[in-house]
Amino acid sequence: MSAAAVVDRAALAKATAHRTRRNFVADGALAIVSGAALLIILTILAVILFDVVRQGLPRLSIAFLTEAPRNGMTEGGIFPAIIGMLEMVVLMTLAGVPVGVATAIYLHEYASPVSPITRAIRIAVANLAGVPSIVFGLFGLGFFVQFVGSGIDKLFFHGDKVFGQPALIWAALTMAVLTLPVVIVATEEALRAVPRELREASLALGATKFQTVLHVAVPQASPGILTGTILAVSRGAGEVAPILFTGVAYFLPQLPRHLSSQFMSPSYHVYVLSTQSPDVDATQPILYATVLVLLLLTFALNLAAVVVRSRMRRRYAGAGA
Amino acid sequence: MSVTKPKRFREVRNIREINGFVPFGVTAMSQTRHLFVKSEWSYPPVTTPEGAIAMARQKTIGTKIAVPPARPPKLTLAPAPLWHRAAEWTLRVLAFSAVVAIVLILVFIAKEAAPIFYSAAVRAEVTMSKMWVPRLWPGYDESASIWQPVSEIPKFGIWPLVLGTVKVTVVAMAVSVPLGVGGAVYLSQYARPRTREIVKPVVELLAGIPSVVLGFFALMVMATWFQRLFGLESRLNALVSGVALSFAVIPLIFTFAEEALRAVPRSYVEASTALGAARWQTISRVVLPAASPGIAAGVALGLGRAVGETMIVLMASGNAAIISASLADSTRTISATIAAELAEVVFGGAHYTVLFFLGTLLFLTTFCINTIGDWAIRRMKIRLGGTA
Amino acid sequence: MSANSNGKAEPAPKLIVRDLTVSYDGKKAVGPVSLDIVGQHVTALIGPSGCGKSTFLRSLNRMNELIPGCRVAGSVLLDDAPIYGPGIDPVAVRRRIGMVFQRSNPFPKSIQENVAYGLRIGGIDNPQEIAGRVELALTQAALWVEVRDRLNDSALGLSGGQQQRLCIARALAVEPEVLLMDEPASALDPIATAHIEELINELSESYTVVIVTHNMQQAARVADYTAFFYLGELVEFDRTDVIFTKPSNSRTEDYITGRFG
Repeated sequence: MSAAAVVDRAALAKATAHRTRRNFVADGALAIVSGAALLIILTILAVILFDVVRQGLPRLSIAFLTEAPRNGMTEGGIFPAIIGMLEMVVLMTLAGVPVGVATAIYLHEYASPVSPITRAIRIAVANLAGVPSIVFGLFGLGFFVQFVGSGIDKLFFHGDKVFGQPALIWAALTMAVLTLPVVIVATEEALRAVPRELREASLALGATKFQTVLHVAVPQASPGILTGTILAVSRGAGEVAPILFTGVAYFLPQLPRHLSSQFMSPSYHVYVLSTQSPDVDATQPILYATVLVLLLLTFALNLAAVVVRSRMRRRYAGAGA
Repeated sequence: MSVTKPKRFREVRNIREINGFVPFGVTAMSQTRHLFVKSEWSYPPVTTPEGAIAMARQKTIGTKIAVPPARPPKLTLAPAPLWHRAAEWTLRVLAFSAVVAIVLILVFIAKEAAPIFYSAAVRAEVTMSKMWVPRLWPGYDESASIWQPVSEIPKFGIWPLVLGTVKVTVVAMAVSVPLGVGGAVYLSQYARPRTREIVKPVVELLAGIPSVVLGFFALMVMATWFQRLFGLESRLNALVSGVALSFAVIPLIFTFAEEALRAVPRSYVEASTALGAARWQTISRVVLPAASPGIAAGVALGLGRAVGETMIVLMASGNAAIISASLADSTRTISATIAAELAEVVFGGAHYTVLFFLGTLLFLTTFCINTIGDWAIRRMKIRLGGTA
Repeated sequence: MSANSNGKAEPAPKLIVRDLTVSYDGKKAVGPVSLDIVGQHVTALIGPSGCGKSTFLRSLNRMNELIPGCRVAGSVLLDDAPIYGPGIDPVAVRRRIGMVFQRSNPFPKSIQENVAYGLRIGGIDNPQEIAGRVELALTQAALWVEVRDRLNDSALGLSGGQQQRLCIARALAVEPEVLLMDEPASALDPIATAHIEELINELSESYTVVIVTHNMQQAARVADYTAFFYLGELVEFDRTDVIFTKPSNSRTEDYITGRFG
């Protein structure tokens, strides 16, 4: 044994004790600090909810949901806004979900992983998810309203302004593009979870790839597709910037009847009442109640998505046996 | 039922019978079973195919009912219907939708912004230099970059807007990164699984709150609190809107960071602990670095969201396009400017063109953030694990 | 084909394999293999793990094509018609050559719909015809009596052995001529294994069966012909009694007698 291996035991013990004490403090500090961070996050949510519920609940009633606004938005309800939002969301879903699902099916089932086309599509999806919502609004205005809309007007309406202006259909299509990445990602995740053995079983029975996709993969993935749709609807109900210039309005005398009509929406309602209300105190109860409705709607949708996702996980856990 | 010896009765191809030799591995039990199987079979008298099926329908001895199957006509299977090929082609075409969308977005907002480069009418009021270079305007003491598009002499100095975006983004990231990562560390390293089951959906609820609601909350509630708490002059300012913006960004960073931290293999933690590291050392030196690509992805996503977010800043930042270093002053971001002013512009005019130019700028900025983020994350993954 | 004294057709080749080579990304996995699979008899492929028997089996119904980077060279003739070649549809091949996998993989559908899947894919939708063919297939798979009261229940509620018989019934419903089985009983307990082996014996009356097994004794019990694979090559192929009593190749003898494997 060389001299260098001789250890000063006393000094080592002292150093270790010191380090242990320091570690004890540091461990505790880290736990406390990170726990505090989590607590702050949860508190923020709680405060927002508490405030909105406290001030909005008194005004919330069946009448509120089913009546039209009166008296300069100081009385009545938000029924037309709810209907307008529903119509827009339905159109958005009809336009966007099939396209998103088709894209995901292609990406997962048909596309070669190394092909440049596949890379291009994936880059496009990732970037689409990052585009600011106001840019979508500009796109909706510049492309749908002014290019497609004017074109339709010139072709079918002799230049009358029918579709070349903010309209329900343009807002819905703009939102469909905005929520496309959500649907694509959720669907692809669901397709990826379909076990390889099921596909093999189908192919070994003489099914083509498309038949396998149609009869085995997509049915198995349908809860995931549903989750994606629910999340897309949730985004669609809440976003304001994309619909600002593509179809939403503050007060309309009647419900939207045509694809070219404008529509009201609770989210836009909240924005206008918050920033441009002539009498802040008088409209405040309606404002809070509308916010509450919006929050309840978004929460209900997100909860539904969580339930569907957990049910799906349970089903897969049983199928793999 | 009598067991007659039918013609198609199978011989027992038991190896034992062939030459009396039992090779290694074929046990006596399997031979016996063969004989046993033979006696279990029963052949009811069959005259018609329907009779055969009817016999099979009754429960008989054992489960082995070797009824000569009454075969239906030879099966002919059709090939896949033609519309399947059409459907596959439709899938291929639709899959390009995302690419088409991105291209269209860029093309059409750039198209509306392009006049700034070639239209004489627009250039009379605004050019790139007028936007980016501070100049001396009549009535002012020194040259400045001023955003005042609606006035006798329209001024389109962009710097106040850029500064506003930067201020608000910095505040938002400064709040959301520590909170998001910190909370994720706690949930993944310290919390019990049951807690995680509850907290994760709750944070997703926060993610689901529409930005207009966050803006509303900032405007109506937070602004008053901040003013009282900090004694601020203007109620709506960069601080309030930045903090409110962080509420939208926190769930993004939190979710990504938490998934990344949980994905760190237990073997790393065990190795570190076995070497005598304390918990905090393991977390800070092993777990966090191992999760850094995922965390970075979340931060990049959050950054993009912060830069582009519109409604929160529109409602809570005060909408004053001024150049000021203070966070307590009202400010204006690029996105809020577009949203606020686009409603009143003349179609095709200078103001309209500049707003679309700002939109293009925003699009390109978030595109760059995404691309750089992707590249950085890929490099991180290589550094950590050898493959991207 | 004339009948011999056992009532069984004279052995004639159903699948003729010549110089079949399977490689993944340029690396040879199996081959070249040449052998004749005899019709309406059971052929077993035996050998230690990783010797390529499953790969070879999967190349008989063109299932290897699903793996990217896989290349198949050589020829396989089903009744003198090639199954590989430009313009030959793998879907048509797989309808004539069915497959049962190692781990049972029923669809998350009802028992009836599982068995009827191949029929519906093939355009058959007459409910009576479907019901009749499902019953026939389940009878052939020795499962009918156990499930005939619960055809609409989920297939996932069956036991492991029942699920595997269901997969066999599903494969039989499309009336293939050849049935490939990749270690069909390896995931099952001994009683279920015995059922499957008896089933194989019955099925060989009407179908050509090729079974991969890592269990030599199983090959001895069920197979008429046995092929011994080792390290990606076919070492010996002969009648089972010959392989197990008088193997010509010393490696075969070593494997049979347990010197390695």
